[in-house]
Amino acid sequence: MTFVLENISLSVGQETVIDDVSLTLDQGSMSVLLGPTLSGKTTLMRLMAGLDRPTTGRLIEGGVDVTNVAVRRRSVAMVYQQFVNYPSLTVYENIASPLRVAGVGRAEIETRVMEAARLLRLDNLLQRLPTQLSGGQQQRTAIARALVKRAKLVLLDEPLANLDYKLREELREELPRIFAETGAVLVYATTEPTEALLLGGTTITLHEGRVSQVGPTARVYRRPENIEAARVFSDPPLNELVIEKRGPLVTSESGRNLPLVGALTRLPDGVYRLGFRADAVAIGDGKSQGFNFPGEVKVTELSGSESFVHVDVGVGVWVCLAPGVHEWQPGAQVEARVDANRVFVFDSSGGLATTPFIAQTA
Amino acid sequence: MTGKPINNRAWLFVLPVLAFVLFSSIIPVMTVVNYSIQDTMGANNFFWNGDGWFRDLLNPSTAIGARFDDALFRTLAFSLVCLMIEVPLGIAIALCIPRRGWLVGLTLVVMALPMLIPWNVVGTIWQIFTRADIGLFGAALTGLGLHYNVTQDPISAWITIVVIDVWHWTPLVILLSYAGLRAIPDAFYQAAQIDGASRWAIFFNIELPKLQKVLVIAVLLRFMQTFMIYTEPFVVTGGGPGSATTFLSIDLVKIALGQVDLGNAAAMSLVYYLITLTVCWIFFTIMTQLERRRDA
Amino acid sequence: MARITLDGIAHAYGGKPRSEQDYALKPLHHVWEQGMAYALLGPSGCGKTTLLNIISGLVIPSEGRLLFDDIDVTRLPTKERNIAQVFQFPVIYDTMTVAENLAFPLKNRRLPRAAIERRVTEIAAMLDLTGVLNRRARGLTADAKQKISLGRGLVRSDVSAVLFDEPLTVIDPALKWELRSKLKAVHRALDLLMIYVTHDQIEALTFADKVVVMNDGKAVQIGTPDDLFERPEHTFVGYFIGSPGMNLMAAKVSGSRALVDGVELQLSAVYPDPPKGQRVQIGVRPDYTELSSMAGAPVQVRRVADLGRKRLAYVTLGGQQIVATIPPEMSSIGDQAKVVFDPAHTHVYVDDIRVTGAAA
Repeated sequence: MTFVLENISLSVGQETVIDDVSLTLDQGSMSVLLGPTLSGKTTLMRLMAGLDRPTTGRLIEGGVDVTNVAVRRRSVAMVYQQFVNYPSLTVYENIASPLRVAGVGRAEIETRVMEAARLLRLDNLLQRLPTQLSGGQQQRTAIARALVKRAKLVLLDEPLANLDYKLREELREELPRIFAETGAVLVYATTEPTEALLLGGTTITLHEGRVSQVGPTARVYRRPENIEAARVFSDPPLNELVIEKRGPLVTSESGRNLPLVGALTRLPDGVYRLGFRADAVAIGDGKSQGFNFPGEVKVTELSGSESFVHVDVGVGVWVCLAPGVHEWQPGAQVEARVDANRVFVFDSSGGLATTPFIAQTA
Repeated sequence: MTGKPINNRAWLFVLPVLAFVLFSSIIPVMTVVNYSIQDTMGANNFFWNGDGWFRDLLNPSTAIGARFDDALFRTLAFSLVCLMIEVPLGIAIALCIPRRGWLVGLTLVVMALPMLIPWNVVGTIWQIFTRADIGLFGAALTGLGLHYNVTQDPISAWITIVVIDVWHWTPLVILLSYAGLRAIPDAFYQAAQIDGASRWAIFFNIELPKLQKVLVIAVLLRFMQTFMIYTEPFVVTGGGPGSATTFLSIDLVKIALGQVDLGNAAAMSLVYYLITLTVCWIFFTIMTQLERRRDA
Repeated sequence: MARITLDGIAHAYGGKPRSEQDYALKPLHHVWEQGMAYALLGPSGCGKTTLLNIISGLVIPSEGRLLFDDIDVTRLPTKERNIAQVFQFPVIYDTMTVAENLAFPLKNRRLPRAAIERRVTEIAAMLDLTGVLNRRARGLTADAKQKISLGRGLVRSDVSAVLFDEPLTVIDPALKWELRSKLKAVHRALDLLMIYVTHDQIEALTFADKVVVMNDGKAVQIGTPDDLFERPEHTFVGYFIGSPGMNLMAAKVSGSRALVDGVELQLSAVYPDPPKGQRVQIGVRPDYTELSSMAGAPVQVRRVADLGRKRLAYVTLGGQQIVATIPPEMSSIGDQAKVVFDPAHTHVYVDDIRVTGAAA
């Protein structure tokens, strides 16, 4: 059953909160809503669920216009960031609650609840109350409750944000698998690019209530169509540089002359904004097919097998990725070498001008 | 919230309530309005009077105007005195109640008992309590050599009514303040400890600001109730001695039922009502302004 | 103060512990050196916040002594301990401006006004708060408020330790980087002992010189980020550090070879045969487990995840599920593949503890 949003907009007073969003979500698909906080992810999900009505636009579920259908009569389940469970009901009753409301028979309830509990590893916790559970277990109860409804549309609003790092990793892997069997349309909202990449599926990047890009996750990652999509899909944050090209001359905003290499060769004259991720900048002896900027190390962040070096290059602070564990001391003078072949070039309106990086779809 | 799917059937549920409110409140009020702009001696003879009653009422040089002024002043003074005692006292006691433990439940229940007593029973209790011969309070005070006589001494009467109100209603302020205090996360107290703040500093910089909203509600409720007080003074002092404790509501009843001066009474009721409404509105605005500033 | 010593510190909520299970924090001996940055890393309920609260004085431990520089402070009230604490959510005084917030601890200690102003300006500059000094603290963003909380701790020059209780929890992810760098910069500038509680390994590894990995009330391993990554002493450390965690496979070890579900792996040292009945596992991090197109252990590929910077393959070796990295040159991956383990980074764990073998 395909779910379609047609020119959905929502205005609150004078403010446009959601601006002309059109999406097609196929049955059994996983869509990731990626955007910073307050970009409209939760609002959009509420519109999809029918909790709020859009100011303009239509929602079409399996060919039927459901824009004005109350959420009670829609086939939708939602999981929130704060684990929402009925505090006075046991885990079993919590999971069974939507079925009881729908008037499903007792035997059927038993089957469906046990199945969901098994999938979410809650089998031996069924008689406990939510207050006796850990955060991860509570969230799994909420997810089981959404699962048992067999809803056609399942909305997950940053469901793992309040969980421990490791727990997040584990659940993140399980979630798509668990819901894949139900054939539902899954929409998962998150602020973290890594989560989007791990979940796969389609990514919808949101910025200030507008969709900046839609596409298969890996493709959106490799070919952001505008600066907003690139920014939202970068962790650590996107490094940026404004340049001006006039004929064979390329100057950065600080006045440095840069070589005409890589992505820049095919550009018409004008002012451009370059965006490049941390893995496109190396320290010192990197693959030097691009620009070298001297700078001062501000801090090095370690993450197990990689180091992120923050270098102040005058026009800004860039984050550079170095393999292994190297700790450059703050204040050290280094050279940040940008690989010009892995730079996204955006023109003055924010759209992608060109990228020589051939998209590799796995 | 915009665009929640509208369910028109909800109106059917509200209809009975609307009907009831109409019957018990709005129609009687309209009757009063009717009386306030006409002159009648009962027996369904009505003569148009326009704003005559109102002009007399609000003109301090007329008999009725002066009387209204006095009563209004008395009531306002009473409200102010009660507020000035009840609010700080309530907060102070709330600060003393522990945050955790079994004692909390017990303390709160005992504290709430005065609020549960029907108001005229409160009046009767204190009426006996303050008698110089058989009342504990009265006997104790006279025994101490103080000149205390509820029925004859205006000051005694005033003090008594104020004490009754404080005894009766401070628990409300206590409960509201306590709830507000409990809502303050522990981390604030811990941080204040680390910052080396004194108890006073903690009160002024953490507790009082966080109690703002609660206090606005408490002050509003207490003001309205003291402004409209009737039962306790009626039972204990009957409005006396003389007119020492004749508050607006008591005066109104005297005029309306005692003197059957319906026009003046009706006008007075409306003015009374409008004053209360205005004060409510002011408090409400303060509260929403506080909300808006907080969210800014 | 030069150091904080934990001498047999243990804590059981509710007084009398009858068994090891009742301890929220099991007996711990450790010395925290001045000027170093430590992280307490572990999942919820591992005891890290309890330990932090014991150090700050909010909890009095049921056993053991706490020494600040050889002075017993176990029962000393928080006020007198010269420590500062930053909480999970920003704690600021609503009614005051930023400058007044920062000045508050100094005012309470009755410092002269000129000294207060000087110190406030200094700390504000360090934390990039100079621009908002005269604004009401209430209206600022979460990260600015956390900086104010931190500033209030740093403004006292007699502070010798700063404790952080998951301070980046409410910060917008886009700004977490900035705040992390700022904390590190502050640490370098002021020679303070800093103890940072978190469940996020990146925060811990970035921030700390040494990380104390905790689980279930016990300190499982204390080491530098490199130690924890390359030589996890306990399977829990292997699992908890690294994203994804270490691959653990049940195996039979004999000499310099290990047998995992019939597949033979080469080890870099010679190991004695473990006694019967003990659980033997081989641990290799996904970073050292690579998919190869040539020789290697045969595996079935369940799923491929593309993380932009690197690609991971979720595979099954025999009956065990592990994760391997995909070398950038490899373009297409079918259902069957081969996996190579780096012997130099293959560890042997007996009953969850790492065993070092003799040189081969």
